[in-house]
Amino acid sequence: MSTGAPPLSGTPKPQAKALNCPKCGAAITLRSFGQAETVVCGSCHAILDAQDPNLAILQQFEAATGEVKPQIPLGTRGKLRGTDYEVIGFQRRSTKVEGITYYWQEYVLFNPYKGIRYLSEYHGHWNDISVCKTLPAVDSVLGGSSLTANYLGETYKHFQSAEANTDFVLGEFPWQVRVGELAEVTDFVHPPRVLSSEKLRNEVTWSIGEYMYGREVWDAFKLPGVPPEAMGVYENQPSPATTKVSGVWVAFAAFAVFLLALMAGFEMRAKKEPVLHETYQYSRAESKSEPSFVTDVFELTGHPSTVEVKTYAPVSNHWIYLNYALINQDTGQAWDFGREVSYYSGYDSDGSWSEGKQNDAVVVPRVPPGHYYLRIEPEADPALPGIPYTVEVNRDVPVFGIYGIAFLALLVPAVIMSLRAYTFEWSRWSESDHPPMNVANLASSSGDDE
Amino acid sequence: MTQPIANCPNCGAKTVFRWSSSVQTVCQFCKSILVRTDVDLKKVGQVAELPPDNSPLQVNTEGRYGNQAFVVVGRILYEYDQGGWNEWHVMMNDGTSAWLSDAQSEYALSRSSKSQSLPTLAMVHVGQQFSWSNQRYTVSVITPAHYRGVEGELPFQYWDKTDVTFVDLRTESGKFATLDYSDPEPVLYLGEFVEFDDLKLKNLRSFEGWA
Repeated sequence: MSTGAPPLSGTPKPQAKALNCPKCGAAITLRSFGQAETVVCGSCHAILDAQDPNLAILQQFEAATGEVKPQIPLGTRGKLRGTDYEVIGFQRRSTKVEGITYYWQEYVLFNPYKGIRYLSEYHGHWNDISVCKTLPAVDSVLGGSSLTANYLGETYKHFQSAEANTDFVLGEFPWQVRVGELAEVTDFVHPPRVLSSEKLRNEVTWSIGEYMYGREVWDAFKLPGVPPEAMGVYENQPSPATTKVSGVWVAFAAFAVFLLALMAGFEMRAKKEPVLHETYQYSRAESKSEPSFVTDVFELTGHPSTVEVKTYAPVSNHWIYLNYALINQDTGQAWDFGREVSYYSGYDSDGSWSEGKQNDAVVVPRVPPGHYYLRIEPEADPALPGIPYTVEVNRDVPVFGIYGIAFLALLVPAVIMSLRAYTFEWSRWSESDHPPMNVANLASSSGDDE
Repeated sequence: MTQPIANCPNCGAKTVFRWSSSVQTVCQFCKSILVRTDVDLKKVGQVAELPPDNSPLQVNTEGRYGNQAFVVVGRILYEYDQGGWNEWHVMMNDGTSAWLSDAQSEYALSRSSKSQSLPTLAMVHVGQQFSWSNQRYTVSVITPAHYRGVEGELPFQYWDKTDVTFVDLRTESGKFATLDYSDPEPVLYLGEFVEFDDLKLKNLRSFEGWA
């Protein structure tokens, strides 16, 4: 600038302030450069007015359950979302549900440029929380409580409403913190996020939290040791399966379509060429002298292919058993197989019943081209004096059994993953104000995964 | 930049107006409040040293809003029962000016809006909704405040005010509005919340122990 930049307004570089507690004289560090409203003395638990140069005492509290030690000590710095934050405050809160007191911890984080963030921890489950800049839209009140809330285009489901008590505080807070003060807390979830409203002295504050794993917190703040193990499923904990389940089903559907296309392709390509169709007569008397016979020679042309042998016999409460040999006249190569055709039916106390079929089909894979015949050795129920039976041979028929196996091989993991996702959602919602009543409830809860 | 230059009638120091429409400035040296008249500067008052505050911004901080560059040329420091906040007067590179408010590191950029009829303060209550520029705004908080000090250039005279009332309104899409009841005629400011990182601020203050 032509005239030379005017000197900067001369305000000194803000520094962390070191003061003494007016009650017990212990050293107090103000780390937030004046952003804090209250600061709590670490040694005598006096809650002091951080805006007052003399740190007026606002409240004195006795830690009912003794000293609560923050897992991340005050003054620790860590990197969250690429920004350095310092832990400046800590509070333990509690809520009573059906006579049981549940405790959780909240940490106040500070950066002089980015301001305040929070971390919360409940049984090893962490959340990275910031105050909402945009107003969430809460659906019309239904039966006294809102069931969903909309925030930045996403729908959050009501999880629970509770009264949160502050029972232990340490360090600095950007609001007037008091021990024993109750706030109405309402949580709406859209894993991995949680949208919370907190009503304190008629002022409502909305915040948005994102689930963090203990090890992420430990990494961010370079804490020694390992984080405490997370217990149970937390309200906005991302399901380990959810994101994958939809993917698995998409993959499954894609593969199923692919299989169907493949089957259709083979079905269309298969020639299903009949090469033999004969009806023979079995007779008990004859088969004693001449147990086996051979059919006419038929030709298999083209590439090595499947050969289907179909048998039909009008048996009724009898059986017939055929020992087949498919023999290559040129090379003598033979495929032996036995087929039974049996059909039984009758009536009993449960009504009519039947078992077996009058038809049978078997496929011999990869039979090379050449001249073939069948050698057939029939056997039958001793009670059966004689019966006609038909033998049909077709070349190049499609085989689908393998597709069924592939289908199942894909279906099983998809089903298992869905079940895991389902039980996870069940555990999540059973802790809420809306425990799952039936499958439909749950399906709609877990249905909107990304 | 060509800026009108004048000398402080109190101490004789050079006074620079970086924004041609500035009406008032504060002498960097003697803290006199200077109001521009047709011919020269008139000292209308004196400000006390501003109390130490925690804003990372300062006069001369530069930044970007959308595709426009801006520079901070002045500010008003307000106080209310929960603390204080700064309204930074910023000059955009198209010659217009806007306000960048910084309340405990929550930033919002707004401009005064020539609006239709505005409600009187007595008519406004929390939760009430208003529509301006096809946007529905909900009154979130009514803040009685008083001005704690001024610095640099301002688009209006602001040296004789004490108590003011602001009505803040929010939308469900990150928009923001303030009704300023400092004058008999309310003034509407429309804007939006902005992310610190998106402002790409340069020439910020430094804090001891923070890089």
